[in-house]
Amino acid sequence: MNNKFRVFLKGIFDVSPLMIPVVPFGLIFGVLSIDIGFSPIETMGMSLIIFGGASQIILLQLFSGGASSLVIISSVGAVNSRHLLYGAVVSEHLSDLKLIWKIVISYFLIDQAFARSNEYLKINKNKNKYFHLLGGGVTCWVIWQTTTFLGIILGAIIPEKLGLSFAVPLTFLALLVNDLRKLINVIVIIVSGLVATFGFDYVPYKAYIIVAGVTALLTAAILTKLNKKNE
Amino acid sequence: MSNWLLIIYCGLITFLTRFSMIALLKKEMFNDRIREILSFVPSAIFPAIIFPAIFLDNSGDFQLENNPKIMAAIIAMLIGIISQNIIATIISGLASYWFLIFMV
Repeated sequence: MNNKFRVFLKGIFDVSPLMIPVVPFGLIFGVLSIDIGFSPIETMGMSLIIFGGASQIILLQLFSGGASSLVIISSVGAVNSRHLLYGAVVSEHLSDLKLIWKIVISYFLIDQAFARSNEYLKINKNKNKYFHLLGGGVTCWVIWQTTTFLGIILGAIIPEKLGLSFAVPLTFLALLVNDLRKLINVIVIIVSGLVATFGFDYVPYKAYIIVAGVTALLTAAILTKLNKKNE
Repeated sequence: MSNWLLIIYCGLITFLTRFSMIALLKKEMFNDRIREILSFVPSAIFPAIIFPAIFLDNSGDFQLENNPKIMAAIIAMLIGIISQNIIATIISGLASYWFLIFMV
């Protein structure tokens, strides 16, 4: 078997267990987007063009709240800033690649693929090892597009009474379960939540996500610093 | 701005943050301190989506009484802390929410 293909398959295999939570997330996105009033083609377009769960949900949330485009785009930027964290780690493995491959991998690179491939990239010297990232990314892409499509179809038949929009805070809550065991994270979570809730009506232009995020990050900076002093 | 233009801009900014992580950033650009703080981004941003969706109604007013979302979110959080499982957290929250609105 071709070496590139084998690494690609390995990527698919490694990322698969992480794909289970992506299924309900994609369905919920499709259902909500139709509910809010986006057309099926626009909904599919979001999953194809943006290809990022948190970004797409924030877009829906702020759009339905009547936020301006500028606020929506900067809030999407804020939620994506976590990707910068990975940069320091993964770039060294890909520095020899042609620009076109860097562009392709950037499109497919999502949290799950990064998490799995990072382990693989660290221990392998194979020059085709970047196909591992592609395998993971393409797997997630197929699942995300399929579940978005199913969500669009389901959105037309699911009764509004079910209150599926509640699945959005639940999904994000689920993404934080690891952090709920760490004290500094819990404080940061509470600060962000309180600022967003009390600022919801008062922060202009619906920029409450950005204001809450910045306040909470500053809190994290202060607390981690204090924590070190005490050690 | 048209919906399509908005979608394209959001796609661009998402792509660029990923692209920068592959193409532009070098390991030495981030010291440990910045990496440590960036690791708090999910904890700092996600609650800004979670809290208002639970505690505020559609018009942005506080809804603290007769609000099944609060109890359901607490149950989901406890299940999440114990199980550390994303699916279990979502399902337990939805199930308790439906139980509260349809059965109680």
